[in-house]
Amino acid sequence: MTFAWDAPSVDFHALAPEIIVAATLVILLLVDAFTGEDQRWASSSIAGIGLLVALIPIASLAYDGTTRIMFGGGYVVDNYALVLKALFLLSGYVVVLLSTNYIAEGDYWEGEYYQMILASVLGMMVMASARDLVSIFVALELLSIPAYMMAAWRKRDLKSDEAGLKYYLMGVFASAVMLYGMSVIYGYTGSTLLADIAPKIGALATSTPLVTLGIVFVVIGFAFKVSAVPFHTWAPDTYEGAPTPVTAFLAVASKAAGFVALLTLLFVGFWPRHDVWEPLIWVLSAATMFVGNFIALRQTNVIRMLAYSGIAQAGYMLAPLAVAGASPEAASQALHSIVIYLVIYAAMNLGAFAVVLAVARKTRSAESDSFGGLFSYAPGLTVCMSIFLFSLAGIPPAAGWFAKLGIFQALASAGTTSGYVLAVIVALNSVIAFAYYGRLMRIMWMEDAPDGDVSPIRVPWSITAALVLTVGVTLVWGVLPGLVTHFTDPITLLAVGR
Amino acid sequence: MLINQFLFLGAILFCIGVYGVLVRRNLVLVLMSIELILNAVNINLVAFGAMWHATDPANLSGQVFALFVIAVAAAEVGVGLALVLMIFRNRQSIDADDVDLLKG
Repeated sequence: MTFAWDAPSVDFHALAPEIIVAATLVILLLVDAFTGEDQRWASSSIAGIGLLVALIPIASLAYDGTTRIMFGGGYVVDNYALVLKALFLLSGYVVVLLSTNYIAEGDYWEGEYYQMILASVLGMMVMASARDLVSIFVALELLSIPAYMMAAWRKRDLKSDEAGLKYYLMGVFASAVMLYGMSVIYGYTGSTLLADIAPKIGALATSTPLVTLGIVFVVIGFAFKVSAVPFHTWAPDTYEGAPTPVTAFLAVASKAAGFVALLTLLFVGFWPRHDVWEPLIWVLSAATMFVGNFIALRQTNVIRMLAYSGIAQAGYMLAPLAVAGASPEAASQALHSIVIYLVIYAAMNLGAFAVVLAVARKTRSAESDSFGGLFSYAPGLTVCMSIFLFSLAGIPPAAGWFAKLGIFQALASAGTTSGYVLAVIVALNSVIAFAYYGRLMRIMWMEDAPDGDVSPIRVPWSITAALVLTVGVTLVWGVLPGLVTHFTDPITLLAVGR
Repeated sequence: MLINQFLFLGAILFCIGVYGVLVRRNLVLVLMSIELILNAVNINLVAFGAMWHATDPANLSGQVFALFVIAVAAAEVGVGLALVLMIFRNRQSIDADDVDLLKG
């Protein structure tokens, strides 16, 4: 028996962003191989430039505006994919800015570090376009495996080892469970293509227990990635132990990639069975908000506090998914509110980590007490951090309020009791969250420096650039939210509203 | 084609693997348990792949997926063993209970 093989037609314009990032990765490898130790600083510049250049084809593709479908529907470049790819590239760029001094001064492996970041960003970009179980799996591993290594980057530091190991074990276990779910889904549908899976699992009897099992396993696999309770245990430990720029990367880009995969899978692949995943997500979301916020209340380390706050934020982002099946409008609202939340969350959380990094350059600590008296010697950083904390708490004019509003609108547009109850839970948790954001603000503005050392902090230009970028975005989007919705409004996912 | 026996084998391997990950304290054995889960996945995929291939000769997704899983699992375990080796060098122990600096 012979099979004719036709080469698939490849749309190079659509793949240009991925190709540029991959090419930058190769250039970095060569630069690393052919230059001496004293020229390693070039790595971070090359990585940053590569990430920015990859934005050019994204802009031209967005201007062109047509949805490009490749490889039999397994790889789709549409508005949804473009917005998220731009998000991943920009977050990657900010992380490169944050890493420049940290990695260069820390006697770590420099060239390899930026190769890992680029590989991970490449995985995220593929994830945004992947519409097939195999490519979603490969993208997940491409973004995760470099992240495991980055978490353990300070290899002689016991805490960093531990961070890497915990992240690795949880991540690999989760992806193994997810794969088992995928294998069952494939077994029932005979296809790995999400667009084929949807009608087939819709046609099966609703009581097919193995399909339910498959969907639950896949959702649980990504619940680990977005650190939803009860699969969050790795997050605070990994965030604390990993190098701080890597923590920022994991908390923002990696979490966003998990959400992207979840959105694609649930909206395109598992849409006909929203009766299965809605209750599951509802419980995950409510538990994530409460546990994240209550444990954040008693944290004394700013990075751990941000980790638990990030867990709670993941709970807010999961909330609209729990009611997405109520009506086509609810589905479209949920999709938009989550993408908007991801974009705004990226800006404000990266900014908060940038301030922590800048302060730790002087205090060598991320304990809350070490932020005492920050206003007296670093007023600029204090104001920046306050803006980010206001934004995370959802107080105007910082952008966070608009993200939260979107979540409430999506929950209300479903018009179901479970939606209203979840909206009340989100509101309650926003109030709880203000307690610990407010406490950090009080420490920064009101208290004295713990050791009386009020010499100013010298902030390197790369961190300043990252701060300008994130503060600017957080404030401008908070005042003019139309700038965000301009990009997110055209977003659709194939099966939504069918 | 009857595929029950393959699915049972896969399910049993999956359960042994999950049990091993949750209970074993030796990190190398945890890695091996994860490999068991991945092999359960491969058995499932190949069995389902053969089933679909029998009705539709062009459907080879299951086998292709299994190849991807094998390749990626090798990369994953490579990183995992490197991490365990690093832990062993720094602590002279690969007991998961000893890795407990970060808490709260």
